Amino acid sequence: MSVLVYTESENGKFKKNAQEVASYAYEVAQQLGTHATAISINATNAESLGNNGISKVLNITDDNLKTFNAKAFAIAIAQAAEKEGAKVIILSSSADTKFLAPILTAKLQASYVPNVVSAPTSTAPFTVKRTVFSNKGFAETQLSADIKIIGVSNNAFGSHENKTESSVESFEANIPENSFSTKSVEIDKVVGKATIADADIVVSGGRGLKGPENWGMIEELADVLGAATACSKPVSDLGWRPHGEHVGQTGKPVASNLYIAIGISGAIQHLAGVSASKVKVVINSDPEAPFFKAADYGIVGDAFEVVPQLIEKLKEFKAQTA
Amino acid sequence: MKLLVCISNVPDTTSKINFTDDDTKFDTNGVQYVINPNDEFGLTRAMWFKEKQGATIHVITVGGATTEPTIRKALAIGADEAIRVNAEPTDGFFVAQQIAAVAKAGDYDLIIAGRESIDYNGGMVPGILATLLDFNFVNNCISLEIDGNTATAIREIDGGKEKLNTSLPLVIGSQKGLVAESDLKIPNMRGIMMARQKKLNVVEPVSATDTTKDVKFEKPAAKGQVKLIDADNIDELINLLHNEAKVI
Ligand SMILES: Cc1cc2nc3c(=O)[nH]c(=O)nc-3n(C[C@H](O)[C@H](O)[C@H](O)COP(=O)(O)OP(=O)(O)OC[C@H]3O[C@@H](n4cnc5c(N)ncnc54)[C@H](O)[C@@H]3O)c2cc1C
Ligand SMILES: Nc1ncnc2c1ncn2[C@@H]1O[C@H](COP(=O)(O)O)[C@@H](O)[C@H]1O
Repeated sequence: MSVLVYTESENGKFKKNAQEVASYAYEVAQQLGTHATAISINATNAESLGNNGISKVLNITDDNLKTFNAKAFAIAIAQAAEKEGAKVIILSSSADTKFLAPILTAKLQASYVPNVVSAPTSTAPFTVKRTVFSNKGFAETQLSADIKIIGVSNNAFGSHENKTESSVESFEANIPENSFSTKSVEIDKVVGKATIADADIVVSGGRGLKGPENWGMIEELADVLGAATACSKPVSDLGWRPHGEHVGQTGKPVASNLYIAIGISGAIQHLAGVSASKVKVVINSDPEAPFFKAADYGIVGDAFEVVPQLIEKLKEFKAQTA
Repeated sequence: MKLLVCISNVPDTTSKINFTDDDTKFDTNGVQYVINPNDEFGLTRAMWFKEKQGATIHVITVGGATTEPTIRKALAIGADEAIRVNAEPTDGFFVAQQIAAVAKAGDYDLIIAGRESIDYNGGMVPGILATLLDFNFVNNCISLEIDGNTATAIREIDGGKEKLNTSLPLVIGSQKGLVAESDLKIPNMRGIMMARQKKLNVVEPVSATDTTKDVKFEKPAAKGQVKLIDADNIDELINLLHNEAKVI
């Protein structure tokens, strides 16, 4: 028996979340007195996972799997789990992984718990803590099926170094042709820019910015910080910003280290979606804005005066610390 | 084309969340229930298929009798028939098995479920359902066109979107973006009157296993007081973010 973790890669390199889920898998393996194995697909730096406690990597090299395909990837992971006799499978919370997770769950008749925020609180019965009610609460959830699948929330467990002797084995998955009946035909993705899903810092603008023409300063602030840009729901409804930037209960969740909210009032649906961010800064002209109650740091002021100053000061700060 | 739209009955997004019975149960006191927002987008797209392509829409919910006002609302919006599986929805695998049993008998071409329910947040019902039925599956769906047996869908990915070609029968996980916000329908008087005449079939659950169980709930710890920084003192903010919070 071992713990299996699916470590995602992109263009051959592990994604940032791979280290986090590998670290989580190591922790679970320690609790169970076993070792952690990773399954990776077309990764070229598979051996690097030894830094995060992985003792064996099963790496699949297959041109048919160059582009993500939820069903085919789920089958590959299921076969790796079977080979390893894995009873616990660790997954990330990326959009791709959340797509394949339920398929894997059904194939393995497993217990699946997503949005898990910490190491298991018990292994008998197997119990984890996860967010529920769109981050407005937590639940302790027991997993009772023979195989247990845990989806780790972004940026909740963190990545930890645990240097481990590690081997890489090539693994061949047997994926039936008809698994590709849903085919990717076009991917439209920003490159070289942080995304809301994996950015350490997210800069977000609300209706207080008055119009799309004022987003220049939001983007500039994001650039200085290496941050992703986001927005409140009405901003995307009004077409000021693309839908993919809408964060909150009905948009994307944010779990960054730093979330900067500019001209956002802090409605309950917005707060639910961003509450997993560790540090929140609010810039709002209204001292009564509800967001101040949920923030760590706040500036009461006009965004059009505060943000340009913040950009200048941050540039100076970056120049000094560089 | 025969459509099945899955409707999850959830607390209104403005609800404050509390727990009772020694934090083992969700406190439903004073909570208003609504159609899960992700399902509302799906239902709205289903209405488009009904109006433009002559589709028939059935809606399904797994829940007790108290969920009927929510499923009636879906009928008032324009679904043709409703099914309620008379069981407490204990977890996503259980719900998916119930819906799969109904879907097998119903011969549906397209099943629309939400990407995620806003209470359980499992994000698993549509994918498990698709796998149990051996249907194609597209999650986080923000566009869906159907022409005969072929379907073209766009799904949201981290940092962008992806276009997919697939075919019926199909399950999608719907979300915001699938329809314009302004197209969301509020039931009108006529719809509400008509809904009363429509069929709401109550079926008993098939035997299925729970694979997870919530044993205890907890509210997030209260946030400490915000530190206010003067708008003329941006240096202090940078200092705090660097030295105290250590995030820049
Ligand atoms: C079913 C449902 C789901 C929802 N889901 C979401 C969701 O997922 N995400 C989400 O964000 N919302 C969601 N909402 C909407 C939510 O209720 C709020 O309407 C929304 O978050 C408000 O957006 P806002 O803060 O940008 O705008 P507003 O509430 O209009 O706030 C604008 C803020 O800007 C401030 N301001 C104005 N001028 C300036 C200035 N010059 N400088 C600085 N500050 C200024 C104002 O003081 C105000 O606080 C949902 C609503 C419903 C009904
Ligand atoms: N009790 C239920 N009855 C009908 N559909 C449901 C139920 N629970 C979840 N669903 C559907 O599955 C989607 C995802 O739910 P979940 O897996 O709980 O996040 C929801 O948006 C609904 O479309």
